[in-house]
Amino acid sequence: MKVDTSNPLWRFRGVTSAAMMFFAYLYLPIVVLIALSFNENRLATIWTGFTTDWYLVALGNDDMLRAAGNSLIIAVSATVIATLAATLAALGMSSGNRFRGEAGVAAMLALPLLVPEIVTAVATLLFFVALGVKLGLLSVIVAHTVFCIPFAYLPIRARLEGMDPSLTEAAHDLYANEWKAFRRVTLPLLWPGIMSGAMLSFIISLDDFVISYFVGGAGATTLPIYIFGMIRMGITPEVNAVSALMLLVSILFVSVSFLIDRIRY
Amino acid sequence: MRNLVRSKRFWLVAPAVVYIAFFMAIPLLQMAYVSVLERGEYGGVNWGVFSFDAYRNFIFERDLMDNLMINTDYLQVFARSFGLSAMTMTFALILGFPTAFYISTQAQSRRNFLIFLVTIPFWTNILVRNYAWILLLRNGGLVDNLLGFFGWETGGLDILYTPYAVSIGLTYTYLPFMVLPIYASLEKLDHRLIEAAFDLGADKRRAMMRVILPLAAPGIAAGCILVFVPCLGAYVTPELLGGGKFNMIANLIGSQFGSARNWPFGAGLGFVLLAVVLLSMVAYSLKFKSLPEDKS
Repeated sequence: MKVDTSNPLWRFRGVTSAAMMFFAYLYLPIVVLIALSFNENRLATIWTGFTTDWYLVALGNDDMLRAAGNSLIIAVSATVIATLAATLAALGMSSGNRFRGEAGVAAMLALPLLVPEIVTAVATLLFFVALGVKLGLLSVIVAHTVFCIPFAYLPIRARLEGMDPSLTEAAHDLYANEWKAFRRVTLPLLWPGIMSGAMLSFIISLDDFVISYFVGGAGATTLPIYIFGMIRMGITPEVNAVSALMLLVSILFVSVSFLIDRIRY
Repeated sequence: MRNLVRSKRFWLVAPAVVYIAFFMAIPLLQMAYVSVLERGEYGGVNWGVFSFDAYRNFIFERDLMDNLMINTDYLQVFARSFGLSAMTMTFALILGFPTAFYISTQAQSRRNFLIFLVTIPFWTNILVRNYAWILLLRNGGLVDNLLGFFGWETGGLDILYTPYAVSIGLTYTYLPFMVLPIYASLEKLDHRLIEAAFDLGADKRRAMMRVILPLAAPGIAAGCILVFVPCLGAYVTPELLGGGKFNMIANLIGSQFGSARNWPFGAGLGFVLLAVVLLSMVAYSLKFKSLPEDKS
């Protein structure tokens, strides 16, 4: 029986207002930041008029563009490697019976989500130093791939779990070999999950600060590291504009990723 | 045939597992090893020379006469981290539980949308989110002006670069982690049980205390852990909103690899932080995974 939660008995005092406060708290900073990025005044808090100049200033800053370029190289590389590994792992984990060591494998795949970022950052730094690896773009890509794997893995795995196994069986019955069944049946059905996982790991890599900061060294200034430096120097309208851009890119990616994930089987 | 299937699955899972093992599990073990090594004179470590200085330094320091003295600096950082994390967890619970409850009583399509709204800030850049709070909290910022509008003196808020600002920022950063698990347990909850409580004469307070809260307990516990644990490891928020003056464990760890140049000490602190995280996860699964889930 379905219970009607619109019944007045279900209205607990203060619940609605607390929820409203919650959403206001969650979105006020985002709204204010985006609004101030269009503020003409140099003293970022007094509103004197609408302008998009700060975006032009920000986009004309060569150092920042170089940092953004580094961020893109890192995010794309980490995403491609992580999504490939995660897709294979999800296929291996979801087909058929449980196997020995499955719990261990699952724990290993979740490990990057459990360990505090600062610990990961410091441990990875020590590891690279001990191996004599030169810190730079490559070391950051390697470190990012590690924490991107679980973010790519989860949506792909969820998609596989929801898939009807009789579809692949039907393909086999119709004389498709293993590879053909995978390419013509499993992969097209899995595709939204893979896209969704790839976009999430892309955004997680693009936004990462702590790990890049420790593992990057001087040669691999990413956009968040550059923004960190700018914030340390003081509040300027330029920082507002760059920050607002980063916010919008993240929100856009996450929204698209969620929409893709909801495509029906 | 069976073996063939099994080995195929092995090769599918192997790349991801080997990658994480090599670039995360081994570095973590190595970090534990570094924490019992001697620190190098000019930074770095003396490989192969063992020393428990890192753990001794945490509580004691040597004075000029080479006597051990108790040093509370680092203990203070730990106390501050635990205090701020507990405060953040409490704030998040006070705001998060009603929100999760509110969402769980909405119609299905609206629920999905609201949950989506809760998750969005998590995916945005953490620096940007904290920077937005600098804009809001600084003297002459929006909060200051609003308070002035209601008759307070403006320009004298002085809250930025205090532990309060750090706490506000931490709550903001980790709030979604409180709502999502509580919502998950409230969503699964059989609404007929609450209806039954009402039918049996329970008022709202009693239904909340005796039915809803106990049934949501696993979600509340999960939310508390998911807020408390990452809070302990927070790096960016104390750095930006505390102005570097109110450091937490992560900043202390970070500085050992920067200006302080004491890698074994940093590694030891990291290891302790990791142990706290893993122990709280184990404690949670011992307490709640063993509970029978009532589906009947």
